[in-house]
Amino acid sequence: MSYGATEAVRGIDLEVDRGEIFAFLGPNGAGKTTTVEILEGYRRRTGGEVKVLGEDPERAGRDWRERIGIVLQSGRLDPYLTVRESLDLYAGYFRKPRPTEDVIALIGLEGKADERASRLSGGQQRRLDVGMALVGDPELLFLDEPTTGFDPSARRQAWDVIAGLRDLGKTVFLTTHYMDEAQRLANRVTIIAAGRVVARGTPQDLGDRESGETTIRYRAGGQEVVVQTMTPVETLHELTTKALADGEPLEGLEVTRPSLEDVYLELTAEAADGGAE
Amino acid sequence: MTGLALVGHQFRYDQKAFWRNPASVFFTVMFPVILFLILAVVFSGEDVDVRGGIEATTYYVPAIMSLAIISATMQTLAMTLVIAREDGRLKRGRGTPMPPWVFIAGRVGNSIVVALMMLVLLAAIGALFGADVPWDRLPAILLTLVIGAASFCCLGIALTAAIPSQDAAAAIVNAMLLPLYFLSGVFIPEDQLPDGVIAFADLFPVRHFFDAFFDAYVPAGGSAVSWDNLAIVALWGVAGLLLAIRYFRWTPKTG
Repeated sequence: MSYGATEAVRGIDLEVDRGEIFAFLGPNGAGKTTTVEILEGYRRRTGGEVKVLGEDPERAGRDWRERIGIVLQSGRLDPYLTVRESLDLYAGYFRKPRPTEDVIALIGLEGKADERASRLSGGQQRRLDVGMALVGDPELLFLDEPTTGFDPSARRQAWDVIAGLRDLGKTVFLTTHYMDEAQRLANRVTIIAAGRVVARGTPQDLGDRESGETTIRYRAGGQEVVVQTMTPVETLHELTTKALADGEPLEGLEVTRPSLEDVYLELTAEAADGGAE
Repeated sequence: MTGLALVGHQFRYDQKAFWRNPASVFFTVMFPVILFLILAVVFSGEDVDVRGGIEATTYYVPAIMSLAIISATMQTLAMTLVIAREDGRLKRGRGTPMPPWVFIAGRVGNSIVVALMMLVLLAAIGALFGADVPWDRLPAILLTLVIGAASFCCLGIALTAAIPSQDAAAAIVNAMLLPLYFLSGVFIPEDQLPDGVIAFADLFPVRHFFDAFFDAYVPAGGSAVSWDNLAIVALWGVAGLLLAIRYFRWTPKTG
């Protein structure tokens, strides 16, 4: 898959199961939006096979569009229409729309239904944006970086809305560059960097702190010593045994496990450096 | 909804958004009215040496109507479509089952209805200044308006392809239209413009539309429907339509 002269993404194999929240994770510029635009039918691919709800998005027509909902990365709203009007307008586009009042409740904008979009806060606008994609009662929803630029409380609210979609049985394809967002919401995660898949699995697998290297730090003779180890128990045992035997304490001893963020940063940095898949 | 019902649906919301948008209401509705009032007051009692001499107010009614029709169609569409495109609103709409032509038809319908409203409003204000409403010419006026409005809609949609960003929209549209209004005799009566100027303006559709609309509205001269001028305007419209089909885009150029 490429556009222009540069190949944007390559060899990305994805399978998303019905009813799951699938997180597609990667740093800015990793090729997330390119991939998702191919899946949404906005962009032509130069190669590879794509099936979304059983159809090739490049050729899919109106019936297919009845079944999907799309929340773009940066989609503004008509500033002069109210929340209810914006949703009603879109309801007219679908054969079997979800009732507008339902959608308003889903996105938690009951108190703002007659407010114009321009008077909503950033977080509320984003929720209306999600609501626009829910009007058609889609089976599959694409969310492209739904919380980028949000303050913590707005993110929490958006997460509640997205988690609620799973309860409705929707399949959600979530693009994000936040590890914690994927961890909080997704059943499965695929991480890409520099246009390639670098890791995939459940958030638990990926964030498995047992599998990463543990860092041990201490000072010996005024010098800081850093030891990276996959077997922290053994290493610590050796270090402390020797220290006791020599009568030299391990000053400022510190043992740290990699955080999820570290795992993610390491994976994506390797790929950006041209490292292996 | 069927296609036409869907166009009606789209049109209703386009109307709401239009009348709530201060920029649309000012530039499309208020500005032509203010302009007419100024011109009517400044040149009241004066004659314009066109068609054997007519009153200035009689001249300015069809002149400002032409401007208002172009503003409601070409200017409004070029501006609002670029803003919607760069906002990502066109792209969002394309992600729904709504057929693209429905969206465009709703917007074009909105423009033509606003153009008709401006015709009525300016005719009424003109009447207050003694410019009689030529009722017997109504069919010719409406025919001219519809051909002109449709053509300038196509040109406005085509123009969006040449506008890179929201900020550039007003500058590009005004840079094209304002000089043409001056050169075509819309602001300055054509008896005061040198021949060369009119000949130059004849290269562009604004002049031909004004000419046709003037013929339709002012009984003093020949036939009500100026077929040759309308044909040129329609040709411009067809060219615009072809360019629009080829180059119109639904996705933002920036961001």
